[in-house]
Amino acid sequence: MANLLIRGGILLDPSQGVEAPKDLLIKEGHVAEIAPPGKIKVNGSEVLDARGLIVAPGLVDIHVHLREPGQCYKETIATGTAAAAAGGFTSVCAMPNTIPVNDSTEVTRWMLAPERGAAIRVFPIAAATRGSMGEALTEYGALKAAGAVAVTDDGKPILKDSVMREALSAAARAGLPVIQHAEDTRMTHNCSMNAGPVAFRLGLRGMTVEAESSLVERDIKLLTELRDARAHLHVAHLSTSLALEAVRKARRNGLRISCEVAPHHFLLTDEDVGLYNTNAKMNPPLRSQADRDAMLEGILDGSVDAIATDHAPHAAHEKEREFELAPNGITGLETALGLTLRVFHDQHKLPLGRVLSLLSTQPANCLGLKGRGTLAVGAWGDVVIFDPKKEWIFRTADSRSKSKNTPFDGWNLLGKVYATISEGRIAYRAAE
Amino acid sequence: MPAIKTNNRLNVDAFRPPVEAIVRVPGSVISIKDLTLDDVSQLLTRATFLEEEDPLARAHHLAKRRVALLFYESSTRTRTSFELAAKSLGADTALISSLSSSIEKGESLKDTGITLKALGAEAIILRHLSSGAPYLLEQVTGLPVLNAGDGMHEHPSQALLDLRTMLAHLAGGVTTVNDQTLAGVTITIAGDIFHSRVARSNMLLLPRLGAQVILCGPNGLLPEMAAASSPNLRIERDFEAAIAQSQVIMMLRIQAERLAGLQLDLEQYKERYQLTSQRLAHSAPKAIVLHPGPIIRGLELTSRVADGPQSLIAEQVRHGVAIRMALVERALEKGRA
Repeated sequence: MANLLIRGGILLDPSQGVEAPKDLLIKEGHVAEIAPPGKIKVNGSEVLDARGLIVAPGLVDIHVHLREPGQCYKETIATGTAAAAAGGFTSVCAMPNTIPVNDSTEVTRWMLAPERGAAIRVFPIAAATRGSMGEALTEYGALKAAGAVAVTDDGKPILKDSVMREALSAAARAGLPVIQHAEDTRMTHNCSMNAGPVAFRLGLRGMTVEAESSLVERDIKLLTELRDARAHLHVAHLSTSLALEAVRKARRNGLRISCEVAPHHFLLTDEDVGLYNTNAKMNPPLRSQADRDAMLEGILDGSVDAIATDHAPHAAHEKEREFELAPNGITGLETALGLTLRVFHDQHKLPLGRVLSLLSTQPANCLGLKGRGTLAVGAWGDVVIFDPKKEWIFRTADSRSKSKNTPFDGWNLLGKVYATISEGRIAYRAAE
Repeated sequence: MPAIKTNNRLNVDAFRPPVEAIVRVPGSVISIKDLTLDDVSQLLTRATFLEEEDPLARAHHLAKRRVALLFYESSTRTRTSFELAAKSLGADTALISSLSSSIEKGESLKDTGITLKALGAEAIILRHLSSGAPYLLEQVTGLPVLNAGDGMHEHPSQALLDLRTMLAHLAGGVTTVNDQTLAGVTITIAGDIFHSRVARSNMLLLPRLGAQVILCGPNGLLPEMAAASSPNLRIERDFEAAIAQSQVIMMLRIQAERLAGLQLDLEQYKERYQLTSQRLAHSAPKAIVLHPGPIIRGLELTSRVADGPQSLIAEQVRHGVAIRMALVERALEKGRA
């Protein structure tokens, strides 16, 4: 592999607090040298001209559904990671609700095999229980050795106290976080959107905010009991003010807890369901404006550790159905950066470094992804090169994902990715 | 889609495209809000004309035109009255019900709709278990869709026939309505509001004509947020207090098939909310009693009330045919434009 020299850009690395004109040399897949402009000799390296652009750690999405194995008509590891690379991501953590469920080292290794054709690094997240049935734990130590970075039964929350306690405790021994999709499914039977006046008007059964917050509170109680084991709970796609408040409190009490918020939950509300738009159907659902505002607030005040997309591709025929029968989820890898910059950099004037940290350094830290989300010398050569001032219109038709189920078609995004480099290789380059 | 709200936390308008309302098909009635009060007046006027017209002359209006009735849920009144209405105007009707069609084999709503269109249907009358399904059918076929009840969402033709029944008794059968037509009239809708598409359509229509609407029922069947659906709408948990103020009492069935997970003590319910002849005589001796049917005698109302002089339940059904003639004719006329 030839060395790669990225020249003339502004290096912005939240992990080191660097924001300055620097050249960056990647050797054998790793960051080899950072130096003032023009100081690094080309020496046969491939050169990328980054003049006028930001050079930052590649983005890290700790919550994606790549649908492989088993549902390749929605997405494959190859297409999902191609979409991720186009969105500036260099690491994605793949949820285990595949067919079969990723509850074994065989599936974990299979996902990591070169034959899958991943454009960027994939980190499998393994099932916390066998078949994600919420009963018998999987082999956390062996799964970690095979490459899993966390365990979860995403979409099928662990309801039994005893099983969740065991999972937290076993995961702590293995050095893995437990990710919980916080939804007490006993309270959300047949529900297809947020409970409230909009659901009443549309005649749809609504999920209450308590269905989320009560499970977060239950998990925090278990975490408190396991305080000495230093168990780590990560709350996936948090969507309610109540649950966020519970996380804040647990953190103040010194518990090891982290959480992520998806762009649609800081952008949209249940009003956006409109006349039963299935591209506004996901779980957790779009909430009230008060909850939406609480997500913005949580990100601004630092309570939220990471922005994660919950990229959930579905085929057109699956979404073109009766609202209550359509599957949950939207795609998000290609719009996350542009939407996040719009809201937090453009409208809320958050410094670029802080915004990027929410999309790279912090999520990498959440799941302990070593050498990711940073451009320190020795880290992986994962880089996103983008223009933070460039506006562009996202067109679903141009998406690299196999599926087009997004509510963000036609949105004016801020921040255009020009190149994404994964471990020293160019994984994506914008057509000029 | 509704207008986007902006506030100091976020200005989504600044970067989202103008939200295009989905393109609706003329002649469709999916929500009662699809109709202006002028539309309602035209429908009422036309219903009366068609009802009084000579049956042989009437059969020329839609002679040999094709109307499909697509029913994913059981129905007696609505299905039969839509069918009779279409046939009275001369149309050919085809009934497709989920249990005797390819729907059982897994055919989607979209493909069923495309098939009906290919068979020459010019309008589809849809009853479906899922709220919002008529919008999907309308979008994929481009045909006018008459909503004959979708999940817990709406049942607009029922609201229109309820209105026609009320006007016959309270307003001398006027057919031209405005925002004052029902001024001074109070209507109690009582029972299982949460699961009721009839209640949703009525609570959106009646206040627009100036009526005061009282919703009455226990918490589990009537959430507080229901009152936010429309102006001139309020909740009164005390049944007798509600009917004592009302000229119209609309009783709803407990929808056992949709109760999933709700604990409801039926004996307690009857004690508080059953419409009995004693309650009527004591609190509302002059009120008219409506019920969209099917009624469960001995539950939401007693047999004596159902068969009594204040009950208009059978008359409502007759109004249904007239209203549905007007709706089907409008769908085919506007749909062809």
